[in-house]
Amino acid sequence: MPPIVELNHATITLGHRAVLRDISFSIEAGDFVGVLGPNGAGKTTLMRSILGLLPPTAGAVRVFGEAPKFGASTIGYLPQLRTVLPDLRVRGLDYIASSLHGERWGLPSLAAADRHSIEETLHAVGASDLARRSLSDMSGGERQRLLLAQALIGNPKLLLLDEPLISLDARHQEVVIDVVRRIARERGITVLFSAHELNQLLGAIDKVLYLGNGHAALGTVDEVVTAPVLSQLYGTEIEVLRAGGHIFVMSRGRDVEREAHQHDHDHGHSHGDHGHAH
Amino acid sequence: MFQYEFITNAFIAAGIVAIVSGVTGYFLVMRGQTFAGHALSHIGFAGATGAGLIGLSPLWGLVGFTLMAGIGMGLMSERISNRDVAIGVVLALALGFGLLFLHYYTAFASQATALLFGNVLAVDRDMIGALGALGAAVVVGLGVIMRPLIFATLQPELAEAKGVPMRFISTAFLAIVALAVAACAQIVGVLMVFTLMVGPGAATQRVTGGLWSGLAVAALLALGEAWLGIAIAFQTDWPVSFCIAVLSAIGYFAALMWPSAARHAH
Repeated sequence: MPPIVELNHATITLGHRAVLRDISFSIEAGDFVGVLGPNGAGKTTLMRSILGLLPPTAGAVRVFGEAPKFGASTIGYLPQLRTVLPDLRVRGLDYIASSLHGERWGLPSLAAADRHSIEETLHAVGASDLARRSLSDMSGGERQRLLLAQALIGNPKLLLLDEPLISLDARHQEVVIDVVRRIARERGITVLFSAHELNQLLGAIDKVLYLGNGHAALGTVDEVVTAPVLSQLYGTEIEVLRAGGHIFVMSRGRDVEREAHQHDHDHGHSHGDHGHAH
Repeated sequence: MFQYEFITNAFIAAGIVAIVSGVTGYFLVMRGQTFAGHALSHIGFAGATGAGLIGLSPLWGLVGFTLMAGIGMGLMSERISNRDVAIGVVLALALGFGLLFLHYYTAFASQATALLFGNVLAVDRDMIGALGALGAAVVVGLGVIMRPLIFATLQPELAEAKGVPMRFISTAFLAIVALAVAACAQIVGVLMVFTLMVGPGAATQRVTGGLWSGLAVAALLALGEAWLGIAIAFQTDWPVSFCIAVLSAIGYFAALMWPSAARHAH
């Protein structure tokens, strides 16, 4: 069986900047991979490349052993840039329904089978009640669960979740991680889950993919989250401290992940455009 | 009052335009592009006066200019339609050109008020035919792109990933809006396109969440405002566009008061 995602000396360019340079790794079926790295390291870029939106300028990106197919239903995607239309009273069911065959021309319609699969996935993530509620009425955590349900429709084999924890409080973050973990196990789905902080994911992930400085390192937490590997990725001297089941990645005495997170709170919410290069 | 042909014509023309504007406006509000609709109408003013200057029908000058501007906005960027300053500068420039054309074609100046504020009572049979054709083009166009348009509006990032041609959709939509704006300007004038296009659509978004019910409410609300506006104008001798503007504002602010589940605190 070929790897689910394989990059072979791939270079991915955004504008004139090579965000990822000469990257090679392969992700095996069923792995739950936490994707980490500072802002601008290429987490979103990598996912967009796996989706076929950004072909590599050199090397190869392979998904299920082939070049990525644009719009493939075998991949479930939860984008980071979520346009939230504040005053729109769209029901959860209609919101998800808009994405089913949304690329077809003509008038929207919802077949009974599609309605059934929406209700079934909402049930699977424990969010059946969201079908009838309006989007403007949902909390951040509820909205995230709705989007997660949407990403699971059509039984994808690969799930790309781009910062699904952003702007959630700790309790809702745990709920989202637990739901993804449980469903991925039950259905044998391979997951790429990008996040700002490693510690939230420690109990859930099988592997970690660290991006930084154009490079990537994939392996278990013990293999990758080490001073030598991260120092090379960040391009500066990094210390890794382990205490009480937590891991702190420090640069000159400062917690780099925590700062990256703060940074995102300053800029990420005010304007949607900023998120694209992440 | 229906013994007068000009009143019957006004009701037919306003009916066509109201339904088309209500439906188009529903999507315009959904996409947050109401200001783009406003700008298109002002650009149309330059087109209408320019057409008068070279001896063409103002309606087709209006259609030509709004259509070109709509396509231009769509092609420049998916997001330019949300750039308020750029649009504001362009619409002021367009009004300026409209003024210039009027300056050189003084015989046309008497029609300027009609262009700016509408003159539904002067609509004739030919104009009804033209409005019917524009309206049909808008409805058919929206029918063809409605599904990807809604997907691209609600979830642009995912729609892009699923292969929806984003730029084409936004360009086609603005082209359709341009036709609706040109039709709407015939009834309420370029300055007051908001009354029939945005007022009902915005009010509707506040009171209903369903797509089909929303489209129906927006169309009926626009229709009710237009017809009632003409009837009030007939009784009072006030300008029609004034009456429609008042009804549109009442409709919108009444919808703001609407007891809505979305309003209570989280």
